[in-house]
Amino acid sequence: MTALLNLSRLIDRLNEFVGRWTSWLVLAAVLISAVNASARKAFSLTSNAFLEVQWYLFAGVFLLAAGYTLLRQEHVKIDVVLGRFRRRTQVKVEIFGFLVFLLPFVVTTVVLVWPLVTKAFATGEMSSNAGGLIRWPVFALVPAGFALLGLQALSEVVKRVAFLQGRAPDPGQKVQAKTAEEELAEVIRARAEAEAAAAAAQGGAR
Amino acid sequence: MIEFLHANMAPLMFGGLVVFLLIGFPVAFSLAACGLLFSFIGIETGMLPASLMQALPLRIFGIMQNETLLAIPFFTLMGLILERSGMAEDLLDTIGQLFGPIRGGLAFAVILVGAMLAATTGVVAASVISMGLISLPIMLRYGYDRRVASGVIAASGTLAQIIPPSLVLIVLADQLGRSVGDLYKGAFLPGFVLTGLYLAYVALIALFRPSYVPALPPEARTIREADGSPGLRSLGVLFVVSVAAALAFARTRPDTMPTDELIVLSMCVGVAVAFGLAVLNKLTRLGLLSRMAERVTFVLIPPLALIFLVLGTIFLGVATPTEGGAMGATGALVMAISRRRLSMALMKSALDQTMKLSCFVLFILIGSTVFSLAFQAVDGPKWVEHLLTSLPGGQLGFLIVVNILVFLLAFFLDFFELAFIVVPLLAPVAEKLGIDLVWFGVLLAVNMQTSFMHPPFGFALFFLRSVAPSDDYKDRVTGRPVAKVTTGQIYWGAVPFVGIQLLMVALVIAFPNLVSGGLAAKKEIDTSNVVIEAQPAELPKDEQVDMDALFGKPAGGGASSAAPATEAAPKSDAKAELDPVKALEEAVGKKP
Repeated sequence: MTALLNLSRLIDRLNEFVGRWTSWLVLAAVLISAVNASARKAFSLTSNAFLEVQWYLFAGVFLLAAGYTLLRQEHVKIDVVLGRFRRRTQVKVEIFGFLVFLLPFVVTTVVLVWPLVTKAFATGEMSSNAGGLIRWPVFALVPAGFALLGLQALSEVVKRVAFLQGRAPDPGQKVQAKTAEEELAEVIRARAEAEAAAAAAQGGAR
Repeated sequence: MIEFLHANMAPLMFGGLVVFLLIGFPVAFSLAACGLLFSFIGIETGMLPASLMQALPLRIFGIMQNETLLAIPFFTLMGLILERSGMAEDLLDTIGQLFGPIRGGLAFAVILVGAMLAATTGVVAASVISMGLISLPIMLRYGYDRRVASGVIAASGTLAQIIPPSLVLIVLADQLGRSVGDLYKGAFLPGFVLTGLYLAYVALIALFRPSYVPALPPEARTIREADGSPGLRSLGVLFVVSVAAALAFARTRPDTMPTDELIVLSMCVGVAVAFGLAVLNKLTRLGLLSRMAERVTFVLIPPLALIFLVLGTIFLGVATPTEGGAMGATGALVMAISRRRLSMALMKSALDQTMKLSCFVLFILIGSTVFSLAFQAVDGPKWVEHLLTSLPGGQLGFLIVVNILVFLLAFFLDFFELAFIVVPLLAPVAEKLGIDLVWFGVLLAVNMQTSFMHPPFGFALFFLRSVAPSDDYKDRVTGRPVAKVTTGQIYWGAVPFVGIQLLMVALVIAFPNLVSGGLAAKKEIDTSNVVIEAQPAELPKDEQVDMDALFGKPAGGGASSAAPATEAAPKSDAKAELDPVKALEEAVGKKP
């Protein structure tokens, strides 16, 4: 079990790392798209490579982040029913879900996509658009992303089994300390405080 | 046994979906698992071909290349950056002070700012949190009814769902196979009318229950002149000058210019003039403008600029929605940097959030693709169609049943789930019944907006609860004790607005022109140039007399007080839409 927990920590760190760097692809996609749009309008410049790199980046973002998003427990669920059960029951249902729902989906997808990726790699398939990009790297994102997702699912299962055995803290609690909404509320509160303090100081000076 | 299975595969699969979803595992994977399980059963019993799932890789590649969906991360990032840029706080503070001394003024300000935030940030949670932290304490301080105050805030926050650029409309456009631009255009008038209905509701309260929405005492206005006057006249003059400049510019344009382009450009000129004057006044310290006029101009410029940059370019067809989103996100970044509000931590957290949201949305889509591959193979869509077309009442019967269904499902599902699971089942049937899918999408979007306001799960209510005072406290300004806002007050406050929402659904069904007509009508939420929006697109440009009357009205009406003009704007929009000629005549008749 200890070995498995170590493995789980390793997977968590891997997806943490991937997630941290993948998020910058969002910024890259935004900037490339904005520059591309302006260049097209201003100088009638257009490049298929630049158009295509946008969706390459987008595909990279959502596929590579799949494991990270699972780690952060941000895949939405309907917890109207499950929310009413004891925590241990919820954890058992989650283990069932990872093993019976998620992993078969991951395995099926990888098995189906893999031949297309190797074929694209072997033939050096290019985009059908003039000046387009080579295809296999973006196709390869699918098995890569699903593999990260599958690994994370295994890690989540290990953490939950350990929790049931009393060897680890509740994995459900391991979400970020603060949500973005809480952060926003804090920032606004802090600003209001600062303004009120400034106003009070001004009033006192008069 | 196997025959029974084969004959009833579609309903069984649908039932299986409900069970799988209710288990409470992430929706994306439950959908996929349900699809895989039933395709496995189908293949094993010889009902389905073994090659069924071979189509999946190509479908996934198709999703990756989808240009429409690329707009999701762009608009999300734009909203996340904007919500932290301080724009919302400035708007709420200034517009609140401007309208505050009118009865119901704070509520009007919240609704108008809510609409403006909806057209820029488009994040419900952010709008509700900003309003809950900035406007709610002021409303409580001056004795607003708690239910009205919290209802107005929650409802105004949800406007982000219907007013472009909203994520719901992007996803719906993708699922309905229509262009995002068309859905944006279609949703604009309904969004406006809805804003107008909220304003009208508050106006009714102000008339019949004045104690619920008291006017603020004059001393609540801190933006004022040295001699204590509010400086409204100066604001009115500035407004008239800007409108005059916009009109003068419009006259100089050639007649061949398309009307929508003319309006957008003229409004840009008007706004630029106001901005130039305000900057000049600030730099030279001439004191020509009152502080209120200067503040209002400066807080309105950033959102208006972004609206022009994003929606203006999309509506004019200069940019695709995806490009518009990228420009908007870049604009938001520039604005946040120039206000020194963009830290590395904020950048990272915004990118992280954007990535996670894109990921879960796209994975729901992949999951629903797996499900629909299997569901189509078992003739599921035919079963649904048969079920829904056998309803009495044809089109209307279908629409009523669908809306009730979506309204009820919205208690449990959020809009992404509705859009990916329910909409694909409904869309083919709607098309077969001869329903325009753009109109259908807008109708569903208005309906789904209620899912944010339903007690007890509505997101808007949840976020309002998280920032509304949950303990009694002493007000900082007046020093008087203020009671906490109870959860019951928040819930009951939302109920009238859910009612308004349903009224809006009925209006869209009764007057389809609200949507289809919006394709030709105007859009900016511009409190200074509002009535120009009511100008019908087909107005001949050589009729200068009519133009005068139409453009003269807001100037005359707005100079004395900005509030009535803005308040009337969405309503006059609605009228103009129902009957442009009549609206035009009215405008001419009211010539000052």
